[in-house]
Amino acid sequence: MNAILLTAVWGIIMMFGGVFFKSKQTPKYWAIAGLVIIIISNYLELKTGLPFFDIDTKFMLAFNSFNLIFITIALASTLLYFLLSGSDIEKVGDNVSEYFALIFFVLCGVCLSATYNTLLILFLGIEIMSIPLYILTGSDKRNLKSNEAALKYFLMGAFSTGIMLMGIAFLYGGNSDGSFFINSFNFGEGKLPVFIAIGMVFMLIALSFKVSAAPFHFWTPDVYEGAPTVFTSFMATVVKIAGFIAFIRLFENSFGKVHAQWQLLVSIITAATLFIGNLTAVFQQSVKRMLAYSSIAQAGFMLLAVFALNTNAMQGLILYSAGYSLATIGLFAILIRMYDYTIDGFNGLAKNQPVLAVTATIFLLSLTGIPLTAGFQSKFLLLIAAVRDGHQNWLVFWAILCAAVSAYYYFKIIQAMFFKEAGQEVQEHGSIAEGSTITTGFKVLLILTAILIILLGIFPSILTDSLRF
Amino acid sequence: MFGNYITIPHLLVLFPLLAGVLTFFIKKESSAKSFSLLAVMITLLISIASLYFHNNKELSGLTFNYMWLKSIGAKFSMALDGMGRLLTFLTAVSFPIILIAGYRSSFKNANVFYGLILLAQAGLMGVFLSTDALLFYFFWELALIPIYFLCSYWGGEKRIAATFKFFIYTFTGSLFLLVGIIYVYLHTGATRFSDHSFSLNAFRTVILNSSQQNFMFWLFFIAFAIKMPIFPFHTWQPDTYEQSPTSVTMILSGVMVKMGVFGLIRWVLPIFPMAVVKFDNVLIGLSVIGMIYASLIAIKQDDLKRLAAYSSIAHIGLMSAAIFSMQTVALEGVVIQMFAHGINIIGLWIVIDLIERQLGTRKISQLGGIAHKAPVLTILLVVIAFANIALPLTNAFVGEFMMFGGLFKFNIWYAAVAGLSIILAAVYTLNMVQKVFYGNTNALTESMKEISWNEKLVLMVIVVMIFLTGVFPQPIFELTKISVAPISTIFK
Repeated sequence: MNAILLTAVWGIIMMFGGVFFKSKQTPKYWAIAGLVIIIISNYLELKTGLPFFDIDTKFMLAFNSFNLIFITIALASTLLYFLLSGSDIEKVGDNVSEYFALIFFVLCGVCLSATYNTLLILFLGIEIMSIPLYILTGSDKRNLKSNEAALKYFLMGAFSTGIMLMGIAFLYGGNSDGSFFINSFNFGEGKLPVFIAIGMVFMLIALSFKVSAAPFHFWTPDVYEGAPTVFTSFMATVVKIAGFIAFIRLFENSFGKVHAQWQLLVSIITAATLFIGNLTAVFQQSVKRMLAYSSIAQAGFMLLAVFALNTNAMQGLILYSAGYSLATIGLFAILIRMYDYTIDGFNGLAKNQPVLAVTATIFLLSLTGIPLTAGFQSKFLLLIAAVRDGHQNWLVFWAILCAAVSAYYYFKIIQAMFFKEAGQEVQEHGSIAEGSTITTGFKVLLILTAILIILLGIFPSILTDSLRF
Repeated sequence: MFGNYITIPHLLVLFPLLAGVLTFFIKKESSAKSFSLLAVMITLLISIASLYFHNNKELSGLTFNYMWLKSIGAKFSMALDGMGRLLTFLTAVSFPIILIAGYRSSFKNANVFYGLILLAQAGLMGVFLSTDALLFYFFWELALIPIYFLCSYWGGEKRIAATFKFFIYTFTGSLFLLVGIIYVYLHTGATRFSDHSFSLNAFRTVILNSSQQNFMFWLFFIAFAIKMPIFPFHTWQPDTYEQSPTSVTMILSGVMVKMGVFGLIRWVLPIFPMAVVKFDNVLIGLSVIGMIYASLIAIKQDDLKRLAAYSSIAHIGLMSAAIFSMQTVALEGVVIQMFAHGINIIGLWIVIDLIERQLGTRKISQLGGIAHKAPVLTILLVVIAFANIALPLTNAFVGEFMMFGGLFKFNIWYAAVAGLSIILAAVYTLNMVQKVFYGNTNALTESMKEISWNEKLVLMVIVVMIFLTGVFPQPIFELTKISVAPISTIFK
């Protein structure tokens, strides 16, 4: 509750603050301060179970440890994002304060879609999350690619929203109780009623759009590449994992009882997502585009949680959100400051910027899923979840084969950084883009992020054991 | 309070780990070098201390337990049994040898180089000590990462591609192992905190029917087979050995391939006995094919490093054939041979590295007559070469004899075909000795100098160990007997 209200309020403060902020740096500090307050208030709610504001939501929102831990992860990732890349947000354009305001609105949507208890709030959450993102994608106004990406994202987003609304209508119509509550569906015996089945498939499609699962992933590479890189980082992490929480909560609460009937469908989507994401990422030359495909591949792994839908899956998804967000935000923070976004641009980085190279390596190892990193523990938990489920054994093997493929493209960057000499152009210019400085604070933050990833890799119980079901 | 927590297994892993991390921060090359040498020496002392605790009851004593991931039942548990003690000792003794042998070579970014070497040691120790499947997997992977960086950064010309092949191979194998571990885990009984457990005991007592065993066996086997390597999973090995810096090749062939052999004995035989019996002919067949195939290729090699690499594949093939013959005497032989082969192959690499550093080539066809210039080196090498062919009085003889004995009991024909590899080993080893060390010197080998003190020292140590364990193998027998006995009773 605290997080939902405070993010909305702080978004408004940031928006109007734009009029009063004199310097370009001020909004960043305000945003960081606000986010810290929100994280503390959310943490207090998690510990005590008592929100600051006693509002009767008529059970339209649900607050349990799973939702609140997830919100904490999303907020903390955003804080890290502000700290690492806040100064890059300032470089996108003139309306710095608005960018931060929009991000706070996205966060409000994230909180709503993590705590919804009725389909209406789910719809609101997804929309509040998406609309500011369309604007952020197009915020680099003079860049044609950015405009194109924004339009594409908007059209695709609107399309999937339409499908979602349609699905909600079907579910509502097919529900004999006539309610929007997600755990109120009456399936009766035997097969699913037709309306409910159609509604469910529509919801599956709409949410697959949002988390960019194949075959609904086509917008992702273009949008991620066209958007200003700072915002790509945010979209690929916080927003994506929020989509997953919405996904798994809907399918657990509404359709958990008929798990067997939709499991095959989800497993096919999972397999396709893993395959397309990993295979296409192999051929990318631009690291930004490769990360876009890798985010599809990682989404494929996260879909295993929806597929298995048991305790390990929940734990794994929470850990996955944290590990994946930390690593990707860190990696993007480094990428933003690179002069050359291709893999060759990373050549010889270890010599010029050893701290950047070492931390980037830890992020990449985590994304690959090497032990001692959060990425391993989360993949491991999801694999346990999928094996424990036991219905589709082929999917497990498919997932590990794809994980082996992912090692190929993640390690290409590691090879470039450590084992290859910088090319002519990079050598003359330096690996880092003009106007970007690598401050000590930035390095320290990267190191802290890497340490956090390793800590989660050794003691994942910090996150998983606090979940109560 | 620490008395209860710090145990020898604990120290054997944590000490090299901490020392490795510290080494990264020592900027001066000579300090980094001496610090890491000091660290491996201390590790060796700890390991020698562990040999004196003659509590050889299987996996009891010298254990260390700590609840790690409560909700899924993983423990941070380590223990030293006889086999573990022998292999941790091998790890502990080979690293000082490797570092002293390379003491005069200089490396770019030496602090990172030595740091990674120590981390690799920590990972290897962990593999030999873990009695929890998840922990085992952790170390199994962690040993790979430092080696990957070592080979790719300090290796030869084609290092990046060769190491990448090696990495992808082993990483894929490891993922199969991971899934295998998960499958077995989900069949184990409940513990106090969780519904299943990762502990070695739980894995050994797990009840699986034969079709489950057959399926899970291959998941484990592929990972170990790639690491050892067993034919047809061996193609990464010659390239990687050739391209790696020699210190790393020594780690790889001396210690790291033993991870696979060790894994088979500790994690495959006791858990999937029915599957092993079912597939014994396939497995021994592959091993024997690999032995003969690798020996034949070794004869044709002109590059000393590749020759040693293929000879290593042949030796490992014999070990895996012996393991799957499921005879007590063969298993004991394997454990002894793991130790002996580690020592011998490191000795061989040291000599090859010496020649390459002095003369700038590894081509047998370009060498000759080194014996005239470096008699001490030649004498030491000949002993090592004899050990490589497993002549009596050398350490390898004991192990190979027992392994052939076991194989003979299993099936006389396998033993006969595998026996050919001894003759082939004599052919390629003696051929190499003859062409490289005897005959007339040529323009290139004129410049060969006698070896210096550090190389003399390590080669002497190796030769002494070869004779000592060859003539008096009793202490090693005792270490191996007790850890092999419970496994071989399964198959009776």
